[in-house]
Amino acid sequence: MKITISNTANEPLYQQIMEQIKENILSGELQEGELLPSIRSFANDLKVSVLTIRRVYEELEKEGFVVSQVGLGTFVKAGNTELFRESKRRMIEEKLTEALKLASMLDISKEEIMEMLDILSEEIGNG
Amino acid sequence: MDNVLEVRNLRKNYSRFELQDVSFTVPEGCIAGFVGNNGAGKTTTIRGILNLIHRDGGQANILGMDMYGGKESEQEIKNRIGVVTDNGGFYGMFTLKETASLFASLYKNWDDSVYKDWIRKFSLNEKQKIQELSRGMKVKFSLALAMSHHAEFLIMDEPSSGLDLLTRAQILESLREYMEREGRGVFFSTHIATDIEKVADIVILIDKGRIVFQKEKDALMEEYRIAKGDSRDLTGEAEELCISLRKTQYGFTAVTSRTEEMKRLIPDVVFERPDMEEILMACMGKGSEEYGKSTVYERCQTR
Repeated sequence: MKITISNTANEPLYQQIMEQIKENILSGELQEGELLPSIRSFANDLKVSVLTIRRVYEELEKEGFVVSQVGLGTFVKAGNTELFRESKRRMIEEKLTEALKLASMLDISKEEIMEMLDILSEEIGNG
Repeated sequence: MDNVLEVRNLRKNYSRFELQDVSFTVPEGCIAGFVGNNGAGKTTTIRGILNLIHRDGGQANILGMDMYGGKESEQEIKNRIGVVTDNGGFYGMFTLKETASLFASLYKNWDDSVYKDWIRKFSLNEKQKIQELSRGMKVKFSLALAMSHHAEFLIMDEPSSGLDLLTRAQILESLREYMEREGRGVFFSTHIATDIEKVADIVILIDKGRIVFQKEKDALMEEYRIAKGDSRDLTGEAEELCISLRKTQYGFTAVTSRTEEMKRLIPDVVFERPDMEEILMACMGKGSEEYGKSTVYERCQTR
């Protein structure tokens, strides 16, 4: 698992760590059932406070990415990553629907919209 | 999460100095750094907690037991904690080996293999006499003894002051190692900000006998920013947002926790992350030329 903490980023530490663990789970780098490091050793390695790691584990558990078992540790729960991807997809669909509605109000054709999408995605670098 | 140490309203009046209602807690699993200037009340607080001085009021619970609840509970607590103070109260003529066997007879849970392990890690020579040890070696030896009877909680008064960089790093590293076992806690006093930055999970700041704040270290580091900009943009309203402020003819440098408001008042302001020393200085009012300590104290308290 790779985690890079940036001191210049504006995001708080626990959020940076949390997002990166999520990415590791979504990409399959961390597998279902895998044991995450203990709070103290993780904190030592990343040079952050145990309270930050504890917060990260608690938040991840709330969102259903991990389960912690008393005395055993915190384990990856990959079960709902499909759900998570799905909900992200739905988010995109909502935004696109919004854009389409606006376009029809402004009399912009579907072809024009497709063209815009192509140009925009090229600009972002995904195209 | 249980607290390994709870101090409530600890008071001590000396003619020239008083501890005023000192309260804080150390949760299990945490290293708490107790920071303040020389003379701020750190040693008095630690002596008060350990029942080594007469108190004028207050409560201290260690590992869930009342420290002032009589001889029996005090004895039980002292068996389960490790204490590292300035001189350790050793006999100078004794060798390390002799001192250790004296300690071993005093503690129920003495573990010779743990002790030998630390002696080796700290490269101490057991045949040496206490009086021949350097300050660094004395602290290491004292720490080795404190960690060798399965203590659940360590209280240390300035373990790292007056030591070279390498020895300090070794001591801090040994604390991390000690904490790898669950259900433990450490409370150490220091006036060195980088020690706090390196190992503490919790920062407790004391100034002039009062607790200024108790905060999570990472949250504290997130909270403050150094703001820099043109002094001419600095209105009275903007100055109000600064915890400490320094103005020169080239511009101002301030420490603030209210970055968004600052940005709104001074759009050209730039922010940087301060280090622990800068934060602590600002909160102790040392970086300030314009504000009295009481104002700084109030500002830190309300944030």
